[in-house]
Amino acid sequence: MKSITKAKPLEELAGYLEPFNRIYILGCGTCATMTGTGGVDQVVQMKEHVQEMNKWVTGWLVMPTACDEMAPADMERAAGNLDYADCALAMSCAMGVHRAAESLQKPVIPALDTLFVGLEEEPGHFREVCDQCGQCVLGETAGICPLTACHKGLLNGPCGGTDGGKCEVDSDRDCAFTVIYERLKAQGRLDLMRGARSPRNYHVTLSPRRAVFNDVHDGRLP
Amino acid sequence: MISQFSRYLDSDEFVVTCEIGPPKGTNTEPMEHHIDLLRDRVHAINVTDHQGSVMRLSSIAGALAVKEREAEPILQMTCRDRNRLALQADLLFAHSRGLSNVLCLTGDAVVVGDHAEAKDVFDLDSVQLLELIETMESGRDAAGGKLNGGVQFCRGAVVTPGADPLEPQLIKYEMKVEAGAEFFQTQAVFDLDSFSSFMDKVRQYEVKVLAGILVLTSYRMARFVHNNLPGIRVPEPLLQEMKAAPKGEGLSTGMNIAARTIAALREKGMCDGVHVMAINAEEAVPDILDAAGL
Ligand code: SF4
Ligand code: SF4
Repeated sequence: MKSITKAKPLEELAGYLEPFNRIYILGCGTCATMTGTGGVDQVVQMKEHVQEMNKWVTGWLVMPTACDEMAPADMERAAGNLDYADCALAMSCAMGVHRAAESLQKPVIPALDTLFVGLEEEPGHFREVCDQCGQCVLGETAGICPLTACHKGLLNGPCGGTDGGKCEVDSDRDCAFTVIYERLKAQGRLDLMRGARSPRNYHVTLSPRRAVFNDVHDGRLP
Repeated sequence: MISQFSRYLDSDEFVVTCEIGPPKGTNTEPMEHHIDLLRDRVHAINVTDHQGSVMRLSSIAGALAVKEREAEPILQMTCRDRNRLALQADLLFAHSRGLSNVLCLTGDAVVVGDHAEAKDVFDLDSVQLLELIETMESGRDAAGGKLNGGVQFCRGAVVTPGADPLEPQLIKYEMKVEAGAEFFQTQAVFDLDSFSSFMDKVRQYEVKVLAGILVLTSYRMARFVHNNLPGIRVPEPLLQEMKAAPKGEGLSTGMNIAARTIAALREKGMCDGVHVMAINAEEAVPDILDAAGL
């Protein structure tokens, strides 16, 4: 599981960095390194881009995991150069940006767009498989999430746009319900496709969602 | 109040419906002209709901125009743009204004239309919309609240007889029947053999099936439909017939194919009626029906 990110266009970044002169660059050694968007190589490259914008890069740091609760301590160790900067440019997913924005007393600018939480199917190929809806139906859909794998998030079978097992919005993508159908059929559980599912509850947990676990927790939400 | 269309469905008549699209803008004259043209030739007129996810005047406004001009409207409702509150509000409004037939659709994805950055809703799907109407007919709303004055609709749904794979389509068909669909209008049918084998599989259900008739207007369109529209196959001989049409006779050839198809479906008693889709060729519908002997 990785947080999938994509570099923002440099022109967009230049706009955000416009008010600042001294920039500190933060990278992430976990997801953003694996996706090649915020590892050492990309941070060093970014340093050059920022310098080309006539800005001063006061320093850079690739934290082991930018979203981790250890990240503030990592940033503290970078103290001098980071303190001296007007802002931090974060080459991590939005979780890392949040962590930095909470612990630094200065503006944090995301250099990446956070796209989705993806499952790596083969090296370098990620796919969104779960929308984190809070009420999992995978047990009845052969382990394929219709809310996520169907472009429209339908629950009761294919829409009229399905064709040759592909989806109406992109003929390179499978129609979720063809895949679910084939897998359930192979498992001899096609009856699970019959009978309508009720409309989804969009407020299983109040948004913005949060959870509190006790010190020694049993894995259940309080 | 039982809808007039529902009575037609219950009769032994071969039922004919067609469709019109509301305008992009407030000039309703062309739409009204089409209604007047079709009014006395069909049992009901579908009014599309932002067809192809292209923003237009609402289908409810279109359906009211059909009613005002003394024709029988079938209000198309998709789940793309409205959550369950808005769908119910519109159903209450529709009933309060005497609209009594609703075609329940999932709807195309937003990205295929002209407002590609807008939010898709799909709070409900077509099956759940059919069920919602059933709930409302019982005097309750989707949350269980009591309605002060209920609704009654003749509910329709759609199906793609040429879907590949077909079985998930059949499963959904059954769900729609269980959810209260009284009639189906199908995706365009050109290949009668494959349609006939589809009908063999759905004949067991006590609902009316109106075969979709798409009027081809040119060889280019025929190829496009064959290659790009989901679940529609135009058999090779028909493609050749469209190709061989002399310049300027694409539409008349397409009309001929449509009329032959309707006549054959009716003669063989393969289905209960037809739904004629003549996009941008509405004017041709009366002649097609004449040629089909209707
Ligand atoms: S149903 Fe889908 S979105 Fe919900 S938890 Fe399961 S996989 Fe995730
Ligand atoms: S084609 Fe399949 S995956 Fe695509 S929107 Fe329709 S039902 Fe969903």
